[in-house]
Order: sequence, then structure tokens, then C-alpha cells
Amino acid sequence: MAEQAKQMQVSDEIAITISKMNKWYGAFHVLRDIDLTVNRGERIVICGPSGSGKSTLIRCINALEEHQQGSIEVDGTLLSSDLKNIDKIRSEVGMCFQHFNLFPHLTILENCTLAPIWVRKTPKKEAEETAMHFLEKVKIPDQANKYPGQLSGGQQQRVAIARSLCMKPRIMLFDEPTSALDPEMIKEVLDTMIELAEEGMTMLCVTHEMGFARQVANRVIFMDAGQIVEQNEPEAFFNNPQSPRTQLFLSQILGH
Amino acid sequence: MSDTHAHTVSFVRTETLPEREPPYAASGPVKWMRENLFATPANGLLTLVALYVIYVALSGVLPWIFNGVWNAGSLTECREILDGTRGACFAVLSERWPQLIFGFKYPPEYYWRPTVAFLLLFVAVAPVLFFDLPRKLLAFTAVYPFIAFWLIWGGTVLSPVLAFVGVAGGAMVYQKLVNRSFAAGFFGGIVAAYVIWKIGGFLIPETASDNAMLGAVPSRDLGGFMLNMMLGVTCVTLSVPIGIALALGRQSSMPLIKWICVVFIEFIRGVPLITLLFVASVMLAYFFPPESSVDLFLRVVIMITMFSAAYIAEVIRGGLAALPKGQYEGADSLGLDYAQATRLIILPQALKISIPGIVNIAVGLFKDTTLVSVISMFDILGMIRGPILASTEWNGVYWELLGFAALLFFVVCYGISQYSQWLERRLATDHR
Repeated sequence: MAEQAKQMQVSDEIAITISKMNKWYGAFHVLRDIDLTVNRGERIVICGPSGSGKSTLIRCINALEEHQQGSIEVDGTLLSSDLKNIDKIRSEVGMCFQHFNLFPHLTILENCTLAPIWVRKTPKKEAEETAMHFLEKVKIPDQANKYPGQLSGGQQQRVAIARSLCMKPRIMLFDEPTSALDPEMIKEVLDTMIELAEEGMTMLCVTHEMGFARQVANRVIFMDAGQIVEQNEPEAFFNNPQSPRTQLFLSQILGH
Repeated sequence: MSDTHAHTVSFVRTETLPEREPPYAASGPVKWMRENLFATPANGLLTLVALYVIYVALSGVLPWIFNGVWNAGSLTECREILDGTRGACFAVLSERWPQLIFGFKYPPEYYWRPTVAFLLLFVAVAPVLFFDLPRKLLAFTAVYPFIAFWLIWGGTVLSPVLAFVGVAGGAMVYQKLVNRSFAAGFFGGIVAAYVIWKIGGFLIPETASDNAMLGAVPSRDLGGFMLNMMLGVTCVTLSVPIGIALALGRQSSMPLIKWICVVFIEFIRGVPLITLLFVASVMLAYFFPPESSVDLFLRVVIMITMFSAAYIAEVIRGGLAALPKGQYEGADSLGLDYAQATRLIILPQALKISIPGIVNIAVGLFKDTTLVSVISMFDILGMIRGPILASTEWNGVYWELLGFAALLFFVVCYGISQYSQWLERRLATDHR
């Protein structure tokens, strides 16, 4: 599978352009002069110590966080304060959260069909068929009529992935999708993500799963103190880190 | 770990143990009593004391109730029948029944009209309360307020029809414009309804009510428990949506809207309801132009609604605050706009959390409707304290009358409370 993943093609088409982006929380400078270009089909893993701004960075891409300086262009749409633009980008960009954020008052199937029906105006029947297709893909079609509270963490996260996929997004953002799960469940979620990567989805993942990074990513970004410190292909990144901060970080997390 | 130790400790289970019944434990009433009533000597003593208190209370009340007199023309007649024995004089209830229920000025030949309206209320409310019922029934709910208005107040059928057409027209304009922006739809709808009412008002002749199918009854003739029910139902129905709007407005990122909602809520919460009612009955007349007379019933409805809406808004704000931030982000990340996220994700959950608080206020509101008796509206309490107790026949029958009023309120409030508990169980999806 690893070989297959490495063969995945990255196109020249640009999916996301971030230039000179800065963000502050009050007086605290969280993101400093971020420059990042993501091509279609790229699988980028973002890692770094906590508080380094990696979650904030990907949350800026679908405007869950507002940036104060610089520009973000997603799929040719410039992120501005215009709500129409923001909603357009959000419907094209799927996102999975650390705590899944499923809607507990709706069944699994309703969770998956809600956005297609209301945002894309898909007929209910068609939306349900799509939802079942993606639930099969994440291997939980038999849970479709249960509520999120009845599922395990790993199943909930896979539902969350299926829910995002139902919007047929062109880009997927993952914000520490496995941090709240135990080891057995981490694998089932990672398998789903690997499958997605093999199909050529553009993915940005904030994760500490270095095995996943080696296997799937075509680029690893290391962030610290709100800046991109180092980025490289996974092989080079893990075997030959350049900056002392990266070396320290890798020795910490790979050491045990 | 040494090899020998590992050898003795090593263990592999080859089969799963079958499930077994829980151990047999003594059950039945004896066990229950031993656990709950006589667990310790002190516990047993308290049980006996409690039983004695219950005995004393019931031995006083039960004969009084069962020995009650139901047919008599006055209190003195009652006492003659009882002939010195203990007993209630329920005759006042049977004799003054219409007054207690409809007030003393509502024309007796029209009593069937509020009764029909009351029965239809259950049909109208059922699909709202029990959402497993077919959604088509909501059509009747939509027209019910106008039917009820016509039945209770009578007069020309054109008024409620015009009111309905105005609302329907406003709703249509709202549907047309809401896709462009919510504000345009909302204000467009209000303007459309207002225009229809104004134009219609000119078209309906002044004399239309004179020979109407149902004779007109002015608001000041309403009374009795009917008045409490009307105020309670109308004000609860109106104050929930207004409360939701205020709660959302208070969280708005637009300073003007937020500011208006905060000032409104804080002002209303800082003023006693009775003050607002006095304002409604006395003061408002000074503010309106002399020739316009806004109906007293309507003024009271507006005041009580504003009052309870402010409280409901705060309860719902608590519900909104209790939702994890992730729910907002989950909705946002899927591209739902504010209206969709609020309607489909945020409110269903926030309202579910707020049910106990909202019901608390609804029950309080229903009981507070008796306060209108201080602004000389003859609701059930006003009837009891005024015309009935002041009459020569029934002077002094406090327990029976006030007990009856208490019973009516208890039945309604307990019903609301039971419904809300059913609703909470029905909406529970978290399976914790």
C-alpha cells in the first residue's frame, strides 16, 4: 500500500495559496508570515508542538478562524469577509475535528444528508443514496439509523469523514482526527484516510501519527511558534531534519 | 520478571464464559418495605410518624369532601342540610359554575362557543406537542387562532378572515424574499401583512358586526377560568418564539440588535409583572392617540408576553451557552449559513436543554394570569373574590371556591409538567 501511495500523482493545478498570512489572538501573534501553496492531489501532514499554531492554520483555510493580514485563496476563491465567499469555500472544503462534532440530535444518516440537502439542494433520496455510498466506504452502513451517542469514537470519526465526503469536497482538512481515540480505533480511522489519499484527495492533516505521515504524505510541514520552520518530503524530513528545533521535536516523539 | 514466575502466571483463555442471570435476590413488597420504610430504627419511627400525620390530615379532609352538599341555593341552606355535621358546601360550585368558567357578563346563550373553541384547542395543539402525528394536521393549527377568535368574540366573520389573509400574505412575501436575505423576508412579510390589514380595514363596513352569524361579545365581558386559559395559551404561544428571537439577538454580532435585545430583557426583568399590567390598563391610554382604543385584552396579552419572553430568552441563552463550540464549527464547516445552522443544528439542541426552564416559566406564567384580577378583569380569582364572595348567598365559602380554583390550576400545570418530562425522554438521543 505504501508503494501505491508514493505513486499518487500531484498535479500542477493549485488548490490553496496562502501568502504572508498573519493572525493574532488579541495581542498574541499566533501565525507569522505563513506562505504555503498546495497543489491539487497533495497530501500534507502538519506537525509541531502544541501551541505552535498548526490547528489555527488549517482552521483559517475554511474561515473558522479569521486572519488579520495576508491572503488565502482556496480553489480560486479569495477568502474575504464576504459571507457568500466563506460559505462557498466551506462547502468545497471538508473538515474533520478532534472531537468529531457530529450532531447528536440527528441519526448518522441525517448527519450525512443534512448539508447536501440544505446547502447543495440535493433531493433527499439522492442525498441518502450518496450518504449510504460513503458510509459503506467507511465501513459502517449498518449504523445508519443509530445516533452518534451509540457509536464508538472510531466509528464516530469515520462518520464525520463520511459526512464531509457527502459534500463532494475538493479539499479535506483534518484537525488531529485521531488524538481523542484509543490505539485500536486510530488504525480504523487512519485506514480510511489512507484510502482517501489513494483516491487523489487533496488533504491537509494536523496529526502526530508519524507512521501515517511516512506512508501517505508527500510533504511534511513542521511548525513552531506560529511559523513554518521546515518542510520537506517525508523521507528527507524524518531521516535528515535540518533545523535544530525539528531535530529536537523528532527526537522527542520518535524517541520512545 | 523471572522465567519461573512467567511460567506460573501465564494463562490463556480458550473460551468465553457464557452470560449468566444475576444472583437471585429477595424481591416483592416485603423487601421494598424493609429497604425503604424500616431500614433503621430511626427510619421506622419516622415512617410511623408520617403515617400518623397522613391519617390525621385525611380523617379531617375526606369526611369534609364526601359529606359535601352539592345542591343548595345559599350558604345558610347548606348549613341547614348539613345540620351541624362537618361537610363542604360544594353547592356554590354547581350554582355558580358558569360564572366561574365564563365570567358573569358573557352571554349565557353563547356559552357553547368558548366550549367548542376549548375542545378544538386540543386538536390544534396536538400536532405541535406530539410530532409523531401527521404533519398535515398543522394546517388546522395554523387556522385555529382565527377560528377561536371568531368563536369567542363573535362579530363579523370578515375580521378573522382578513387577519388570516394578512398573515398568509405576509408569509408568502417572506417565502419569496427570504432566499435573498432573512431581514428582507422578515420586514417584507410584516409590511405586506400590515398593508393587507389596512386595505381590508377600509373594505369591511362599520356595521358588518351588527347582524353577524355569531353575535359580537366585547373583551370586557370575558371572564372566569376561560380568561385564564385564553391569556395562558396566547401568551405562552407568543412568548416562546419571541424569547427565541431575543436570545439569538442577544448573541448577535451586530451591536445594534444585541444592544436592543439586552436593554429589552434587562428592563422587563427589572420590573414586576403587576407594574406592567397597571401600565397596560391605565398608562398606555395616555400614549396612544385619543381616538384609537387598543383592546384591554390585547394590551394585557402584550404585557404578559413581553414579560415571559424576556425570561424565556434568558433560559434559552443558557441552552445556547451549554452547546459545545464544536457544534457551531461542525455546522459552519459544512457550509450551512447562519439561518440554516441555527434552525437545524443549534436551536433543536439548545431548546432541548432549555425545556425544563421554559416549562418552569410557562407554568409560572399560567398562574400569573390571575394577576389580571387586580386591574379589574374578572378571571377566576377575580370572580371568586368579587361577585361570588361578595354576594349575600355565598359570603364565607372560601375553602371550596379557592380549593376549586387551585384544583383547576393544578390539573393544567401538572399536565404541562408531565408533558415536558415525556418530551425530554422522547428527545433523548445521547444514550448516556
